[in-house]
Amino acid sequence: MTDQTPALRLEGIVKTFPGVRALDGVSFTVMPGEVHALMGENGAGKSTLMKVLGGILAPNEGQIFIEEQPTIMSSPMNAKAKGVVFIHQELSLADELSVAENIWLGELPKKSFGRVDWTKLYDETDAILKTLNVGFDARKRVGDLSIANQQMVEIARALTVEPRAVIFDEPTASLTDAEKVVLFEVISDLQSRGVGVIYISHRMEEIFKITDRISVLRDGQYRGTLNTAETNEEEVTHLMIGRTLDLSRNAVTHEMGEVALEVRSLSCGDLFSDVSFTVRRGEVVGFYGLVGAGRTEIAETLFGLREPSSGTIHLGGEEVTINSPADAIKRGISLVPEDRKGQGLILGMNCRDNMTLPQVSDLTAGPFVSDGAEVAIFDQYRDKLDIRTPGWRQTVGNLSGGNQQKIVIGKWLSMRPEVLIVDEPTRGIDVGSKSEIHNLIRELASQGYAVIVISSEMPEVLHVSDRIVAMFSGRVMREFTAEEVTEDSLIQAISGIGADKVA
Amino acid sequence: MAELTRKGLGGFLARQGILVAFAVFMIAFAVANPRFIDIDNVFGVIRSSAILGVMALGVTFVVIGGNLDLSVGSMMSFSTIVVLDLHDKIGPTLAIPSMFLMTMALGAFIGILVGYLKLNSLIVTLGMLSAIHGLTLTYSGGKNMDIADKEGTWFAVFGQGGIAGVPMPILMFAALAIILSIILSRTPFGRKVYAVGGNGVAATFSGIPRARVVFMTYLMSSFCVATAGLIQASRSMGSQNTVGQGMELEVLAAVILGGASLLGGAGTIFKTVIGVLILGFIQNGLLLLGLAFYAQYVVTWIIIILAVWLDIAAKRGGLWSRIA
Repeated sequence: MTDQTPALRLEGIVKTFPGVRALDGVSFTVMPGEVHALMGENGAGKSTLMKVLGGILAPNEGQIFIEEQPTIMSSPMNAKAKGVVFIHQELSLADELSVAENIWLGELPKKSFGRVDWTKLYDETDAILKTLNVGFDARKRVGDLSIANQQMVEIARALTVEPRAVIFDEPTASLTDAEKVVLFEVISDLQSRGVGVIYISHRMEEIFKITDRISVLRDGQYRGTLNTAETNEEEVTHLMIGRTLDLSRNAVTHEMGEVALEVRSLSCGDLFSDVSFTVRRGEVVGFYGLVGAGRTEIAETLFGLREPSSGTIHLGGEEVTINSPADAIKRGISLVPEDRKGQGLILGMNCRDNMTLPQVSDLTAGPFVSDGAEVAIFDQYRDKLDIRTPGWRQTVGNLSGGNQQKIVIGKWLSMRPEVLIVDEPTRGIDVGSKSEIHNLIRELASQGYAVIVISSEMPEVLHVSDRIVAMFSGRVMREFTAEEVTEDSLIQAISGIGADKVA
Repeated sequence: MAELTRKGLGGFLARQGILVAFAVFMIAFAVANPRFIDIDNVFGVIRSSAILGVMALGVTFVVIGGNLDLSVGSMMSFSTIVVLDLHDKIGPTLAIPSMFLMTMALGAFIGILVGYLKLNSLIVTLGMLSAIHGLTLTYSGGKNMDIADKEGTWFAVFGQGGIAGVPMPILMFAALAIILSIILSRTPFGRKVYAVGGNGVAATFSGIPRARVVFMTYLMSSFCVATAGLIQASRSMGSQNTVGQGMELEVLAAVILGGASLLGGAGTIFKTVIGVLILGFIQNGLLLLGLAFYAQYVVTWIIIILAVWLDIAAKRGGLWSRIA
């Protein structure tokens, strides 16, 4: 590799924001035909680095080289023209336009009088789609494609130029396992064409499966590059967070109390049907299944956001009807929702106000909100959950993902719930904060909370749960205890294999 | 390497533009016509801004809650006409509460449409602007209203009275501003208004009854409109049935100028008061410069555009952006 010219080289990149040194002299090199992982906790500087590379931010110091030519990226278009292309985590496609129009948006081939040359457009697009081996054509409306196929459209867009480096930012976040395989094939195809690939992800299995080298950032500083073949997860994690993690299965058991929540044959339209389960005090019940299996919908029904079509809910042995979130909260149910930014937080509000929001009506002195009571709650949960923020006045939108999630968890813990439902507790959160949140969930259970954890990540479910409910297509397929569960049996249960064997 | 946009003049203007513009205006006006900073003139501006100001206080709640209220102008005509008409029929003591009830019923109706039925507030209140205008004309039979016996009633106290030399409209504006400011910044309800406007979904997920909060903001807005109508009626003791026409835009201009975000979730009563005063002084300054009264309609428009631009510029940190 050493005698080759690097596809892309960054040298001593520094980027400061008022009060923060977001990038502190970062250098790294991507060779042609290499898949290079870029890892780091949230807030380590990955996104800032990518913005610098993509021409969205100008660095204060440092230099970018493309094939050893010093280059200044002045805009995203400029970066693309120079062969540096991004595949973003959040897709930016126009749903109503065709695949071809999306791919060539802004540079549609023209005939005389500015008319679009449709024949050329579709032909060129189909040629690109063919190299990607996808099952749709240039005329398809993008809104009708699956997320995975939309991602393919983004990738196809990258291929309209001769790419030198392609950057994938968390590309598998919303893909199924089968779709991931296709994505990895495309990546290895890019690789064989001599393109340098930068692959950003939090998922270790993927990193170890497809990358050649791993570069790590921590606190805006470059921490080193490892050859994937010669390292292991512990070493990478250590480099990322400066300490080692316990990723083993949950082994600690503790006393369980009486049944806190019992659900009997609960159904809600086509979303889920005939769902029954119980959760005891001191127990963590994991709900595992594919996206769309109905897990979030069950949580929303328990939280009063959906009306069940049949079945009953019992809290502490008593049958209850839950008509609204306010009702659920009053009865001691808390929900840490799936979408942290959309459902969990008011990003423009400060940390304290977000945390005390569900109980603000009760924190009063006379008719007014009691500042002291609010700050006391914030301080208590900031310390308990180790939330890192300059102070309660900090706007929540400025915190890292892990700290934001802790604010949401703190918000619901401070309600002292009987039943705590946590939906995708660590989505988009870095490894370090992830294990903190896992430990926290275990600790809460040991304090006697009844906890439901909904997750799409198998290691997470295995790690935190005492019992696991496997769901497929709106139905409970099987229940496992932590002792009896195996990865194979769990995968079978959630893919509907052997469905008829289950009572 | 140089920063692209965030520093320099553009960034400064984006953050402090409205104060800079105001300072430039004030200095220019004062130089052009010294009468502008005369104490009587300053007092006069505040007094004539009071009616607009009272309405802007209510609209601030609506806007922070994430909605718009374009019906306040025609609603103010309605309250003015109603209270003047009822004054002669049932006397001021009964006329005033009746007018408040009727105006707040209109506010409640809008609150149901926008809050509980979740209809788009722009369309609902734009429609109500027209509907309430029709209601006022129907009520008055298209005629203007006058109080018959202007000497034999205490009704003039709200528009023409005063305490210790401070005119009543200013006192009412100030008192209402203080009370509403406390409600917005210190009570659970105020917090919920910010939450609902900041992120309605997250507010719902926190158990906040979003529909009820939005409903309440419209009810408060209509209460403020009724107060403004009372001041207006009492000041003139008679009125055309189009007295509030066009005020919805001026009110909105003042609220945005004060810095309440049109996206909801941000703004304060204090800032709205500042916005009202800026608008008042600019209009007064232009009059003193000899501009025709009609020019104010254009000026209001320019101020709205400027305020909206600066609002979005402050968010993205530059006067223009490639991306959004």
